[in-house]
Amino acid sequence: MQPRRIGALVAVAALTASLAACGGGETTYASVVDKAKGAKKLVIGVKFDQPALGLKKQDGTVEGFDVDVAKYVAKELGVPENAITWKETISKNREPFIQQGQVDLVFATYSILPERKEKVTFGGPYIVAHQDIMVRGDDAAITKVEDLKDKRICQASGSNSYKRITDPPPNGKDIKSQLVPAGTYAECVERLKGKTLDAVTTDDLILAGFAGQGGGTFKILGTPFTDEKYGVGMKKDDKATCNAVNAAITKMYQDGTAQSLAKKWFGSAQGLQLPTAAPAFEGC
Amino acid sequence: MDALLSNLPQVLDGFWSTIRLTVMSAICSLILGTVLATMRVAPTPVLRGAGTFYVNALRNTPLTLVLLFCSLGISNVLQLNFSDEPSMNGYWFAILGLSAYTSAFVCEAIRSGINTVPLGQAEAARAVGLTFLQSLRLIILPQAFRRVVGPLGSVLVALTKNTTVVIVAGYTEAAFVMNEMIYEGSGTVGIFLGFALGFVILTLPTGFFFTWLAKRLAVGQ
Repeated sequence: MQPRRIGALVAVAALTASLAACGGGETTYASVVDKAKGAKKLVIGVKFDQPALGLKKQDGTVEGFDVDVAKYVAKELGVPENAITWKETISKNREPFIQQGQVDLVFATYSILPERKEKVTFGGPYIVAHQDIMVRGDDAAITKVEDLKDKRICQASGSNSYKRITDPPPNGKDIKSQLVPAGTYAECVERLKGKTLDAVTTDDLILAGFAGQGGGTFKILGTPFTDEKYGVGMKKDDKATCNAVNAAITKMYQDGTAQSLAKKWFGSAQGLQLPTAAPAFEGC
Repeated sequence: MDALLSNLPQVLDGFWSTIRLTVMSAICSLILGTVLATMRVAPTPVLRGAGTFYVNALRNTPLTLVLLFCSLGISNVLQLNFSDEPSMNGYWFAILGLSAYTSAFVCEAIRSGINTVPLGQAEAARAVGLTFLQSLRLIILPQAFRRVVGPLGSVLVALTKNTTVVIVAGYTEAAFVMNEMIYEGSGTVGIFLGFALGFVILTLPTGFFFTWLAKRLAVGQ
């Protein structure tokens, strides 16, 4: 028993030491803007599984509209592309990651919502998505939201887009659709292809990514019925960073980068309206 | 905690789904597991081989993969479905995946019980002229089951907790409700603890019950 106990003590001591090492060591900055200026590097949270927005490729690099916007904003803050550390943020862990400082900025299809504003500050929005409906390319039976009655729509885990259809007003449209649960939107799209469901409904930019991947297999109806303002998440009350991010987004739209990026990533999907000017900012 | 109370109907609904799923999968996997155990001790080499292959394949495959195969493979690609109603369809696919997986563990538990029955019992059964199935049904299995009540209880507890991944098979239960509540931003730690407590309420009595049952049914050797 004795050697084993000593071993356990050593292990505990090593753990404490490594935890302590995490706490200290690096200089702490008052804001992300200061960190970008001082350390010349940033940790940015993006999605790793969202085609055309934030997608990790086989070779380990990330690509997508969110990623390109993040690169542009980082450059404006004084951080070159190769000094960015990409970190996966999924819908559930965006707030905790920001609050704990695991990421400096989040560009991850992050809709600006009042309840989220209580926990984090948002720069932007840098683009406004709208909830829309995607169906199989040869499906003529569904042309508008109301047609979803009695149709099978996808209920993806960790998303509440389906509630905009099935919930009573003001939350939704009180349309009685049949819900088909699935783990992710990628699974929803697989099932749409296999005809075990009839429509996938969520933000049009997310749908555009899948539609682009599938060639002509799917079509987006082009009947937007909500506004989802994609913002840049950062620590609460980091006003300096928020203002700097907003300035970068304004510049990105003025020099035409934003429009060409939107065209590059979402241009191939039908039924999508691409932005021409910067969306109205929420204010920091 | 407020979020849990204000969403209480959904939370209870979620746990009710978990219970429905657990009970039905437990029944199916007990039946399938017994059949598999019979196959594994059968005198026919083909049956033994098939049983061994099934158990090793399913026991060493991640449950998520088994469930994903049910939903995307069987339902979506092969177009074999239980029902036109999506919620019913998902329910049965979740049961199919869970029992296919759990029965491998049930089979191994029962087989270990069969191995504890003294060889003389089987020889005596043969000597009085019972066939293989008769001796199994009348002599071996009743003794084997009594000895594996405890291990079967552990398998059932594991099954209860395994239900949390059935969303990939297209069925929503307690874990799905929890994910949705966390997504809607009504706190994290409180919700998490509440659901953890819910599972403890389900599994702890199960554990106690099976320990009690094992003691009660134990036979002196």
